[in-house]
Amino acid sequence: MSDVEIKTLTMNFGPQHPAAHGVLRLVVEMDGEIVERCDPHIGLLHRGTEKLIEYKSYLQAVPYFDRLDYVSPMNQEHAYALAVEKLLGIEAPERGQYIRVLFSEITRILNHLLNVTTFAMDVGALTPPLWGFEQRELLMEYYEQVSGSRMHAAYFRPGGVHQDLPAGMLDSMEGWIKQFYPFMKDIESLLNENRIFRQRTVDIGIVSADQALDWGFSGPLIRASGLPWDLRKSQPYDVYDRMDFDIPVGKTGDCYARYLVRIEEMYQSTRIMEQCIAALRKVGGPVRVDDRKISPPRRGEMKDSMEALIHHFKLYTEGYKVPAGETYTAVEAPKGEFGVYLVSDGTNKPYRCKIRAPGFPHLQALEMMTKGHQLADMSANIGSLDIVFGEIDR
Amino acid sequence: MYADLITFFTTNWLGMAIVMLAQCLAVTVPLLVAVAYMTYVDRKVWASIQLRRGPNVVGPFGLLQPFADGLKLVLKETIVPSSANGVLFIIAPMIAFMTALVAWAVVPFDDGWVIADINVGILYLFAISSLGVYGIIIAGWASNSKYAFLGALRSAAQMVSYEVSIGFVLITVLLCVGSLNLSQVVLAQSGWFWNWFWLPLLPMFVIFFISALAETNRTPFDLPMSEAELVAGFHTEYSAMTFGLFFLGEYANMILLSALGAVLFLGGWHSPIPYAPFTLVPGVVWFALKIAFLLFIFSWTKGTLPRYRYDQLMRLGWKVFLPVSLGWVVLTAAVLTFGGWLPKP
Repeated sequence: MSDVEIKTLTMNFGPQHPAAHGVLRLVVEMDGEIVERCDPHIGLLHRGTEKLIEYKSYLQAVPYFDRLDYVSPMNQEHAYALAVEKLLGIEAPERGQYIRVLFSEITRILNHLLNVTTFAMDVGALTPPLWGFEQRELLMEYYEQVSGSRMHAAYFRPGGVHQDLPAGMLDSMEGWIKQFYPFMKDIESLLNENRIFRQRTVDIGIVSADQALDWGFSGPLIRASGLPWDLRKSQPYDVYDRMDFDIPVGKTGDCYARYLVRIEEMYQSTRIMEQCIAALRKVGGPVRVDDRKISPPRRGEMKDSMEALIHHFKLYTEGYKVPAGETYTAVEAPKGEFGVYLVSDGTNKPYRCKIRAPGFPHLQALEMMTKGHQLADMSANIGSLDIVFGEIDR
Repeated sequence: MYADLITFFTTNWLGMAIVMLAQCLAVTVPLLVAVAYMTYVDRKVWASIQLRRGPNVVGPFGLLQPFADGLKLVLKETIVPSSANGVLFIIAPMIAFMTALVAWAVVPFDDGWVIADINVGILYLFAISSLGVYGIIIAGWASNSKYAFLGALRSAAQMVSYEVSIGFVLITVLLCVGSLNLSQVVLAQSGWFWNWFWLPLLPMFVIFFISALAETNRTPFDLPMSEAELVAGFHTEYSAMTFGLFFLGEYANMILLSALGAVLFLGGWHSPIPYAPFTLVPGVVWFALKIAFLLFIFSWTKGTLPRYRYDQLMRLGWKVFLPVSLGWVVLTAAVLTFGGWLPKP
C-alpha cells in the first residue's frame, strides 16, 4: 500500500449552481474541503455584444450596454454616452449631467444592495436579500418613471438623457433617502457585528494592495485593499467634480473590508443624490444637446416643421455620423472601472467598440484569492467579487 | 362483558398488539400533522422576518399548503440516478424518517401518556438519534454524486460531534433527577417555572439548544445542505417522496428535539404556575406550547443568522461545547454530592 496515489476531488461547480451568480462554471480541485485549484470557465453567456455594436448605429448601440452588467445598466450607458460625446466633441447640458450623475448613483446603490445582500446569502444569511430587494424595487420605479423600463433603461444617450424627470420625482427621491438610512441600519445591525458573519468574512480572500494592482482590480475591490482609487475623483466626468463625497477605503483587503466599503459607498451615493437633487431644483434648461444633428426633435415640433421631421427620420434611420477618431472613456461603475474603447471611421457605425468590464479581471483573481481556503470560502469570495456574467462574457 | 374486554386487551397477545398499534397511531398521526404544519409555521415565521407574506394561496391563510406540497411530493416521479446504488438509495430516506418517528415512543406527553415508559428512556433516545446519521450518510454514498457525498460527510461529522455535547447535557440532567426515565425527569421539575431545569442548568440549556440546531442541521449549522456550496447537500439527487421523507424526518427531528428540550429543561407537561386556572389546562397543551416555543426559536434563528463554515462548526463543537459541558457535568456532580442534594434512589 506504499504507492497509493492520493487524488484530489474534482468538482464541477456550476454553471447550474445556486452560488454561481449567473453562469459561472468553476472546475474545482479539492483536497477534502480545501480548494487546491479553481479554474473559471467562462463564455456561457457570450452574445457577441462588441461585434453586434459594429453593425448598429451609435444610438442603437446604447441598449447593449444595459445588458452587459444587468445590475448596473445606467453606469455603462454613461461610459458609452461619454465616449460618443468625446468623439463628437459635444458636452451634455448641465441639467442632463446632473440627471446622469443622479441616476449613476441610484444605479450604484442598486448594484451594491444586490451585491451586499446576496453576499450575505452566500455565507448563509437568507434574510438580507429579501429586505434589499424591496429597496431595489423602489429604486427601479425611478428607472421606470424616467425610461419606461425597470432595468434596461436606455436612458442615457450621447448628448444627455432621453427626457426630463417627471414632476414630483425629486421630492419622492428625498423621501426615499430618508427611509433608506433606517433600512441600512437594519441591514448593518444584522450583519456588521454578527459573529458568524465576521467569522465567515474576516481574513477570507485577502488581496494586498500590490496584488490588487497586479490583477487589475478597480472599484470597491481595489479600495478595500487600501488604495483610494476612484475615477469619480481622479478624472471626474460630468458634474462629479462639483460633488462633495468621500471615498471609503478598506484596510485589510478581505471579504469583510469589501463588504464594508460597499456599505459605505451606498451612504456616499445618497449624499451625492442629495446634492444632485438640490442642484436639479435650481438648474433648469435642456437635458440633452440642442443640436438637431445629434438629438432628435420634440414630437410637437415635428408636427409643423419639415426640418424637424427630416431630422427625426434621418436620426432614427441612418443615425448620425461621428468624426473619425478613437477614445478610451471610463467611468466608475459600481463594480469598478468600466471602459469603452471606441474607434470611429467617420461613418454612422462604430468601427470597433471594445468594452473593458471590471468583472473580467476580478474573476481572474478568484483562484489566487481562494487557493488554500475552504470550499465555503470560495462562495464568500465569489460573492465579494461582485461578478455578473453579462459583462464578463459580453 | 367489560371484564372480558379488559382481559383481552391486557393479556391476550392479539389484544395487546391492537392496543400497541392504536397507541402508535395516536402518536404518529398527530405528529405527522404537526410536522406538516411545522413546515407551514416555519415558512410563515420566516416570511414575516423577511417582510413577505409566506404561503397564502392554498386554502384560507394558505393553511392547506402543507397538504398541497405533500400531494405534489407523493405524485411526482421518484428518480433514481443511473449511477446510484438503487437499493441503498431508496432505503436511506426510510431510515432517516423511521428513526425520527420511533424516538417518540418514550416521550411523555402528560402524566402517564407515554407509549413505552421504559427506565432507559434517555439512553434510548440517544441511541435512536445516533442511528439517524446512517440515513444521511447512506444517502450521500448511494447517490454517487460529489455534492451529496460531501454533504453526507459533513453531516455525519457534525451530528457525531454535537451528539457528544448533547450527551453531557443529558448526563447533567439525569444527575439531578436520578433516573433515566423521561417521566421521572418531568416529575422532578414540578412546581413553579423557576423550578424547571432551565434556570439551574441555564448554560446546559443553551448548549442543548444550540446542539439541537446542529443535530437537526438547521441554520446556522445547515452545512450539509448549504446551498451556496453543495446545492442541496446529501439530498441533492433525491426527488419526490424520497426527498419528502428526508424533509419530514428533518422536521420530525426538530419537533423531537424541541420535545426533548421541553421534557429536560422546561418541565414537560407542568404548567408554569402551579395554581388553579393554569393547572386546569391539560398537561399535553402545556407540553405542546413549550414545543411550539422552542420551534419558534428554530425558525427565528433560521431567518436571522448566516452559516458557519465547516471547520468553525467543528471548533465550536469540540473546543467550546465539549469542555464546557464536561466541566458543567463535573460541577453539577460536585455540587450535588457535597451539597447533599443527590436524588435518593
